[in-house]
Amino acid sequence: MRKQARASNLMLHSITRVVTFVLLAFSLYLFFAGHNNPGGGFIGGLMTASALLLMYLGFDMKSIKKALPFNFTTMIAVGLLVALFTGVSSMLFGYPFLSQFYEYVNLPVLGRTGLATSLPFDLGIYLVVVGIALTIILAIAEDDS
Amino acid sequence: MNNLLVLPFLIPFAVGAILILFSKRIGTQRFLSGLTAIIMLGVSIYLLTVVRAEGIVVLEVGSWSAPFGIVLVADLFAAIMVLMSSIVGLLCLFFAFRTIAPEREKFYFYPFYFFLLTGVNGAFLTGDIFNLFVFFEVMLISSYVLIVMGGTDYQLRESLKYVVMNIFASILFIATMAFTYAVTGTLNMAHLAERVAELEQVGVLNVIAMFYFIVFGMKGALFPLYFWLPRSYFGPPAAVAALFGGLLTKVGIYAIIRTFTLIFPHNLDFTQPILIWVGAITIVIGGLGAVSNFDFKRILSYHIVSQVGYMVIALGLYTSLAIAAAIYYIVHNIIVKTALFLYAGTAQRITGTTDLKQMGGLLKTHPLLGWMFFITGIAIAGIPPFSGFISKLSLVIAGFETGQYVVSGIALAVGMLTLFSMIKIFMYVFWGEQKHTKAQGKIKVGDLLLPAIPLVILTTVLGVAAQPILSFFLEASNQLLDPSIYIDSVLKGGGA
Repeated sequence: MRKQARASNLMLHSITRVVTFVLLAFSLYLFFAGHNNPGGGFIGGLMTASALLLMYLGFDMKSIKKALPFNFTTMIAVGLLVALFTGVSSMLFGYPFLSQFYEYVNLPVLGRTGLATSLPFDLGIYLVVVGIALTIILAIAEDDS
Repeated sequence: MNNLLVLPFLIPFAVGAILILFSKRIGTQRFLSGLTAIIMLGVSIYLLTVVRAEGIVVLEVGSWSAPFGIVLVADLFAAIMVLMSSIVGLLCLFFAFRTIAPEREKFYFYPFYFFLLTGVNGAFLTGDIFNLFVFFEVMLISSYVLIVMGGTDYQLRESLKYVVMNIFASILFIATMAFTYAVTGTLNMAHLAERVAELEQVGVLNVIAMFYFIVFGMKGALFPLYFWLPRSYFGPPAAVAALFGGLLTKVGIYAIIRTFTLIFPHNLDFTQPILIWVGAITIVIGGLGAVSNFDFKRILSYHIVSQVGYMVIALGLYTSLAIAAAIYYIVHNIIVKTALFLYAGTAQRITGTTDLKQMGGLLKTHPLLGWMFFITGIAIAGIPPFSGFISKLSLVIAGFETGQYVVSGIALAVGMLTLFSMIKIFMYVFWGEQKHTKAQGKIKVGDLLLPAIPLVILTTVLGVAAQPILSFFLEASNQLLDPSIYIDSVLKGGGA
């Protein structure tokens, strides 16, 4: 039973190898597109989580855990703290909690780029979403075996 | 603008997140959480003094001005509630240190404990009804975790009901907000209050008001929708039950008082009888439930139901004194109910049961527990000089002043039922033959009672120093009864 499942996984394996990269790239695009366009930390996080999940489906748990040695619970905590810190940082400069700032900066490679403080906030959300999605799904999956 | 307003929910949120990182180190978790709870108490006392000195404090989060952005508002009532939640949070935490099993501690007990406080404090401080929903959810999701943690069969069965109940209430809440937005075009409470006043609270707005009443009544365990409470509060460990029993239902009551003094006070002919009679039925049902049960925790849970009814009656009477009585009642109840649940936990630690019929003679082996219970028990039954007397007295005076003789009579009569059930606990648990073994009789519980001592002192102080405290609560209630103060400070004075 187990062996048969392995054998028929060839398709899944090959597709996963390609699709994961597409998904991860698109999730990064979505993450940076947020703020003014559809996208942001939540959507980007969900898409990253689905890419990681596809890897878990395509390959077995152990090898993925070796490749991605993250503790996803810790990731939730770190994400929460990053988002919180962004909100608090405006308080340190005497503005209300969660105030955001936007500035155009000339960066070496990218040229004139808009930098917003909502980006680190979104990064926090991104981490929380990836962490929570994978914690939940892995908890259910591990329960089975 | 005053960033002080975010601290009561920002601190527990940040610490909750940090505690996740230390989930396997119990010592670190305890140290951090204890320290945080003390800091929160300090912050909430400071907040109360600031609000007292400067009037209503408003913060427009993210520099978005009201009514477009989210505002945080602290009036006296909100600041009092935040202070109460910090006191209860601190004391239950110290009780938890001694009673919670290490497996629970390693399984994110402390992070969720602080996330719960985040939700509670946020719900008290927000000035936006959608934000209120969000904080309710933060509070509820943490409470789901705390109530089911441990996973005994009974807990799983009852917490499923708790979860289903609350999810249904949340769905109704969000639907009601959709109605509200469709009718008024705003969800900022101050703005909403202004618009409801312009539209005159008739027709569909009354329906919306009643929907809010149902939603918050479900969370606050009012009459037809109280049945989940006694069952679900029976399952979790005493520290959690004390926190829930003291605090969570009062968040629902807080929301009812807030919406019906600020947003929907314009059609008293319609709302008053509903509030008063739902409250009256609630106290009777709760009182009867307490009398008919023979389990320590269940009796206390039915008392919660009964006491919540008094608060809603007080709101229904809608005079300055009555609202002050409601605030008095909430404060008194938070203190006393938490203490009683802590005693239940202590007695359970000694005898291994909460069934009254299997207990007895505790007064001989544990006199301190017995007498502390006695003081708190008569405080809740409304015997002077403790806080229950003053709160009930001011409620009954307000009832007579407004000509609500029947309801005042019911309130007094149910007081007898409360007294009866308290005496029943005292007789079964502390008098009679000793039913626990000698070894059990030697169990030391001094450190478990330590967190309850401040509560006993508080209930005495609230009763003895009634004059200044009641006049302070009258100040808060006058602020509630004049919504224009709230509206003006949010919409006009709140600019950064």
